[in-house]
Amino acid sequence: MKKLSARRRHPLAALVVLIFALAATGGLWAALAPTSSASADASQSLQVEEGKRLFQVGCASCHGLNGEGTNLGPSLVGVGSAAVDFQVGTGRMPAQQPGAQVPSKKVIYNQAQIDQMAAYVATLGSGPVIPTQDQYSGGNVASGGELFRTNCAQCHNFAGAGGALSEGKYAPSLAGVSAKHIYEAMLTGPQNMPSFPNSTMPEQQKKDIIAYVQHATNSDANPSYGGMTLGAIGPVSEGLFGWIFALGALIGTAIWIAARTPKAKKS
Amino acid sequence: MTSQDNMSEEHLPEATHGHGGGPVVSKDGYFADPGLPPHEHRRTDIDEKAARRAERQVATWFLLSMLATVGFIASYVIFKPGPTHHVYIWPVGDVSPLNFALGVTLGISLFAIGAGAVHWARTLMSDEEHIAERHPIESSPEVREQVFADFRQGAKESGFGRRKLIRNTMIGAMAMVPLSAVVLFRDLGPLPEKKLDTTGWKAGMLLKNMNTGEPIKASDVQVGSLTFAMPQDLSEDDEDFQVRIAKDALMLVRLQPGDIKDKNSAAWGYEGVLAFSKICTHVGCPISLYEQQTHHVLCPCHQSTFDLSDGARVIFGPAGHPLPQLQIGVDSTGNLEALNGFTVPVGPGFWERSE
Ligand code: FES
Repeated sequence: MKKLSARRRHPLAALVVLIFALAATGGLWAALAPTSSASADASQSLQVEEGKRLFQVGCASCHGLNGEGTNLGPSLVGVGSAAVDFQVGTGRMPAQQPGAQVPSKKVIYNQAQIDQMAAYVATLGSGPVIPTQDQYSGGNVASGGELFRTNCAQCHNFAGAGGALSEGKYAPSLAGVSAKHIYEAMLTGPQNMPSFPNSTMPEQQKKDIIAYVQHATNSDANPSYGGMTLGAIGPVSEGLFGWIFALGALIGTAIWIAARTPKAKKS
Repeated sequence: MTSQDNMSEEHLPEATHGHGGGPVVSKDGYFADPGLPPHEHRRTDIDEKAARRAERQVATWFLLSMLATVGFIASYVIFKPGPTHHVYIWPVGDVSPLNFALGVTLGISLFAIGAGAVHWARTLMSDEEHIAERHPIESSPEVREQVFADFRQGAKESGFGRRKLIRNTMIGAMAMVPLSAVVLFRDLGPLPEKKLDTTGWKAGMLLKNMNTGEPIKASDVQVGSLTFAMPQDLSEDDEDFQVRIAKDALMLVRLQPGDIKDKNSAAWGYEGVLAFSKICTHVGCPISLYEQQTHHVLCPCHQSTFDLSDGARVIFGPAGHPLPQLQIGVDSTGNLEALNGFTVPVGPGFWERSE
């Protein structure tokens, strides 16, 4: 008997049964479970939870405990995750002090934390979402240049060098700004910059503009063949250079022409 | 030039004293004419060696100019044009070698000619002072008398005073010649018609997005956004595009209806969407430095600032009028359209501007 029963159960039978059982449960789970979103939901809500915690430490003093806004900072209801990614990702937020404009500075949160805060703020009200790579890459530089001059150059200067606005506000230089952040800025209109929503400026045009900005502001990859740009800020620096150096050289020459020739004299 | 300092003594002229030692004030109280200071010689005037050295220096400048011209021609042949050719030259930056070489060699060849000429004049050409007295510009009385006599004689012989027909027709002919010029120049003005008062906007005309070339739905314009628009019948390919866009360009913004202080302005918009002329009323710069939180628009030319929440009132700067607003509404499909043309002239003021 012993031998028979031993024979009936092959030594690997247990393993085979186990594999079948696992496959069956796995298959059943896959078939019956409410797809995979349950786990995604779990990690999503975890992200929102984390984001909320970060928000309450870092942002709530100005934007209110629930992002409803105070007299120190605007309400964040409906600004969307793109706005958070831009403001925190460029170091503008958390703001150091109130003033005409909050400048970009050192980024103090890592991207994972920024994503958590963005996820939390997105739950306050629907708004523009963080774009994916294919939404901001692969634009056409030439048509981007035209669009840039129509929509952006009035404030950011034809070469993206930035410029002054009223009462201490200014349009920052676009050099070194990442494609994602440029996209988010156009979409959300941070601070005093107007927004350029997809309804009036389609996504392809945003790609083109980004391609142009990155071409025009990256002087290493795309040197400007005109030599020194003098900051590319137009007539002010060029005029100053001309007045000081060109006119200086002319005056020097004029003085040399009219100078008294050395005389031979007995001392 | 240290070699000139140890020039041998015997070449030097006697030291002279200025003013010839004469009195500064004469006996009768007037300032005496001090006359010219005595002439001082240059080293090159008295030292043949120095003169030869100067001669060599001048010649060197001219030689340098020749070399630079040769260099110009050589660089024209050697360097290839085009954006793929560039070099970094400190401190100028990235430049096309062709342009850079042409500019430098041409500059040197011209400058060296000038420098040689100036050096020549300063060291070798005569520098003796001499006096050229001024004379009255008037001719002598005899010459004047002669001219008047000739004129009277000529007038008498031509019969100008006697033959009235000839005189009058001649005056008439000469008076009429300029009329041809007046007719020609009339084209330049002085009648600008109503061009300054009117734009291409008319009632019922759709607003066209300058980015997409499509009509704009009111719902497409979000609060805080900025859009540029032009009349539906205008296209960038039109021959007169530049002429028309200079007056017709629009700035389209949307404010929270509660933020609009000027009720008339709000009524001319559509649910907070407002359309303003993009042409500054100072001297007509295109103006669209829009700050979406303060609703201010700044003109980059002379810093005029307009408050779009208050009928584009001028709040700072030299502009004399608010930005004209276009009255808009929506058509049956929800596209923004003009309900009227501009009721005031857009752009800078002019003498006959109607208020
Ligand atoms: S043109 Fe706008 S302020 Fe002068």
